Amino acid sequence: MGDGELVSLIGANGAGKTTTLHTISGLLTAASGSITLDGKDLQKVAPNTIISLGLAHVPEGRHVFARMTVEENLRMGAYIVKDQKKIAENLEKVYHHFPRLKERYRQLAGTLSGGEQQMLATGRALMTDPKIVLMDEPSMGLSPLLVKEIFAIIQELHKSGITILLVEQNAKMALAVADRAYVLETGTISMEGKASDLAADDRVRKAYLGA
Amino acid sequence: MSTFIQTLAVGLRLGSIYALVALGYTMVYGIIRLINFAHGDFIMVGGYTMIFTVPMATALGLPAWAAVLAAIVVCALVGMGTELIAYRPVRKKGTNMTALITAIAMSLFLENLAQAIPAIGPNPKVASQIFAAGGLRIAGVTLEYTTLLTIAISAVVMVVLYEFTQKTRLGRAMRCVSEDKEAATLMGINVNHTILSTFAIGSGLAAVAALMYMAQYPKIYTTMGSLLGLKAFVAAVLGGIGIIPGAVLGGVVIGLVESFTTSYISSSMADAFVFLILIVVLILKPAGIMGKNVGEKV
Repeated sequence: MGDGELVSLIGANGAGKTTTLHTISGLLTAASGSITLDGKDLQKVAPNTIISLGLAHVPEGRHVFARMTVEENLRMGAYIVKDQKKIAENLEKVYHHFPRLKERYRQLAGTLSGGEQQMLATGRALMTDPKIVLMDEPSMGLSPLLVKEIFAIIQELHKSGITILLVEQNAKMALAVADRAYVLETGTISMEGKASDLAADDRVRKAYLGA
Repeated sequence: MSTFIQTLAVGLRLGSIYALVALGYTMVYGIIRLINFAHGDFIMVGGYTMIFTVPMATALGLPAWAAVLAAIVVCALVGMGTELIAYRPVRKKGTNMTALITAIAMSLFLENLAQAIPAIGPNPKVASQIFAAGGLRIAGVTLEYTTLLTIAISAVVMVVLYEFTQKTRLGRAMRCVSEDKEAATLMGINVNHTILSTFAIGSGLAAVAALMYMAQYPKIYTTMGSLLGLKAFVAAVLGGIGIIPGAVLGGVVIGLVESFTTSYISSSMADAFVFLILIVVLILKPAGIMGKNVGEKV
């Protein structure tokens, strides 16, 4: 992936999309091959230090800390940041992107709606000023209206210069926002190319876009 | 009336000791969902450490209770060692059941190891006086200094611990790891270090509990932690395991039940009542007094 790119990874259930992201962020170990970020092999560093290399991961199913407040969750996102001023700045930035989170900053994360939790998980990942963000199924379980809202935010982040690797079952939306895309089938990449080309491809249209 | 106040004070004192031990169970359970059966034996480790360090402290001209500092260090090391050598490898490879059995094994191992060490041996040892004798006379009732100190120190420890989990970096990391280890890793938290720190703190509390216990019952023996640990475990479950204020509440409830049963019904019934209360509470509120009953999310 190049700097500032938005790449989508699409594929059916069980194709290995989440596994791919988990391997990148060190939650799983690769059976073979290597993953490098700015020349550093991510397989060789401790999983919890990957975030300090500028890679943040918004996991599938949000994984917010349910018994902590919205603001505590965001502050946990900045766990590796020592500079209090920087944390306060980023907190303001996240609240600017997600005004809803600001309204609910003292609420327990577990009591938020699915869309709000997705916003929180995304905001939490932004607290370290990451260079690259992995997003795993951000639209899962959300109403069509919220899906649109979340994708608008993804585009906004993309425009601000963050590199994004997006994993989605919602292939239509994923291809609409991405620069490039990969199609994953049972663990191997079956197609790749410009997102707009893939969206026009007959095989992709049949298999993933329901046309 | 004076009997009532005495009974209340004794109950609170006992409850404070149970609460300190229950905190150790609850913290470890909260973070790795393991009932650390060896935790009661950490009290014994603390007790024997003080058998040796109290005379040293006195010889150095320090107050006897200063010996607890060495006991805290020893207990924290034993706790961390247990996690490193026994629990962590099993957690990686085994199931929850394997870990539970390992915990029981660790408990038996520590008890028998203590007996095998010549300086300790199977015969009980008697601790020297730790706090000054005597007490305060309030409204015709004498409250021993030991009782007042036990209650006060425990209360302070609990408040500090609670604030620690809420306000400090490590405390917050502990709460994150307890909720979601994967997400905690993604935040940059070193999960294994956090678990190890939890063991250190929980085991250190067992040393403080040992001090309080010895101040009241100066007999130290290798299995002293079994029943004490079991009752503190009951306290943790009663209050809602994994919840810090729950452990304190559970400990106090059990201490009071025990002391009032002893005073007003019969001392031989005290333990029976403790476990009866546990059964009743678990039927009515399976997650404990402060616990929330949550269904498994799928």
